Amino acid sequence: MTIYAKLGYTLLGLLIVLNWGFLMGATFRKIGARVAGRYGIPFYQPWLNLLKNISTRTTITHGVMYYIGPVFRLTGGIGLFLFMPMVFTGTVDGPWTNFSFEGDLILILYFQVFGMLGMALGAGQGGHPYSAMGIARGLAQHAAVELPLTLAFISIAIQFDTFSVYKIVAAQQGGIENWVLFTNPFAAATIILAMLGAMGHSPFNLVKAPNEILIGPATEFEGTYLGFMQSAGSILHVMEAVLFMNLVFGGASNWIELIVKTFLIYFWSVFVGMVFPRFKIEQSVTWFFKVPLLLGFLAIIIYSF
Amino acid sequence: MINDKNSKKIVDIIQDFSRRHSLFVLAYGTGCGAIEIPPTMTSRYDAERFGIRGMATPRQADLLLITGYLASKTLKRVIRAYEQMQDPKYVIGFGSCTINGGMYWDSYNTIKILSDYIPVDVYINGCMPRPEAVITGFIELQNLIKEGKANGAQKYKENLEWYRENQRKVIKDWKMPDYNW
Ligand code: SF4
Repeated sequence: MTIYAKLGYTLLGLLIVLNWGFLMGATFRKIGARVAGRYGIPFYQPWLNLLKNISTRTTITHGVMYYIGPVFRLTGGIGLFLFMPMVFTGTVDGPWTNFSFEGDLILILYFQVFGMLGMALGAGQGGHPYSAMGIARGLAQHAAVELPLTLAFISIAIQFDTFSVYKIVAAQQGGIENWVLFTNPFAAATIILAMLGAMGHSPFNLVKAPNEILIGPATEFEGTYLGFMQSAGSILHVMEAVLFMNLVFGGASNWIELIVKTFLIYFWSVFVGMVFPRFKIEQSVTWFFKVPLLLGFLAIIIYSF
Repeated sequence: MINDKNSKKIVDIIQDFSRRHSLFVLAYGTGCGAIEIPPTMTSRYDAERFGIRGMATPRQADLLLITGYLASKTLKRVIRAYEQMQDPKYVIGFGSCTINGGMYWDSYNTIKILSDYIPVDVYINGCMPRPEAVITGFIELQNLIKEGKANGAQKYKENLEWYRENQRKVIKDWKMPDYNW
């Protein structure tokens, strides 16, 4: 496949991912409304919000980093997308594998932190004394999530002897019994639990909640930047779900399968969020350092012998 | 082309459509009327189906909701919140107290007519207005946006001197940052 065809497929894939992310966000709010006994938003609300946000004037500035912060976050989402094989077609040179290469799992781990870091820098330049508090909370929880997640990733990498997400997907083909969910249950359990934190829904959404803290990263940006962050958030949600699908649930062989699987993965975190109220930051950090971390260690120990 | 007169109209129509169906509300719950906001938002009346949702910070909000009497001390905060909101922005005055002082008409420490201090697009009367009335007020605002008549922010910029004069009469120790729109 020529590089231009590949680029075309990648851009098209990004468009699909963005819109699917918006639709998932809308369904999330809709389910939240139904649980509360309300009718809820129309399904096209996220697109309207985006349109409104980018047609709102943006006049507040706090310096260069303030502008670059949301761009960082968007870059994190798109970077995650660029190196992730979306649909398994039998060859790494296929249409929807994007720019997956040997060792992309490490790069993906890096891109997961990238967005958070951008937000931290942006809000830091905001100069509000309390923004440091918001950032500290965000990074503390993020570190607590990343630790078990990384252990599980490494365990899977040892299991298949590769750091390429594409090869991990390829090794899981040929039936449900080949999925990591069954071949490496400890790593799978770690990912399924740590995923709740990575998705950032209710028990672990204190970081994103603008009304929990006076000025955190989420309250500083407005207008076009809010639109940016909204799109980045949608892309990140889908890409996290795709990552876990690739690593644990056997990848997808077409877009329909991808949509069904990411939907189920995403809604695991949504339904947990519907049931459990928000954790304080020390509660969530200790939560991740108990069961998920222990499972992560087990997953590593089993595969190092 | 964007600069072509006719297609600009189309862009405006799309923007106005998204604006009126995506109103982020900054509720300034000053008076007793604020108690009607929870039923408006929750399962009984569910304002979210019109795209109306709460927002915790003025920078991301489009609509400032003043729910009742406004003590002269809090006026300062309202002005600061209003000036931090980004264009286009709207204000709804909620309850008789914002219209003419209501039952606080002779109080020494509340302001009486809200639109003397910040431009109000829609008033909802009643003491206190029921959620039906509140939702009707929201829909009235949506209609105003559709007709292009909800331009209070424009009015504020044009008559800034007049508004400032009124504000300074109430706020004696004027230590406010200057926002440049
Ligand atoms: S209008 Fe009535 S209900 Fe509303 S703030 Fe005034 S006195 Fe309270």
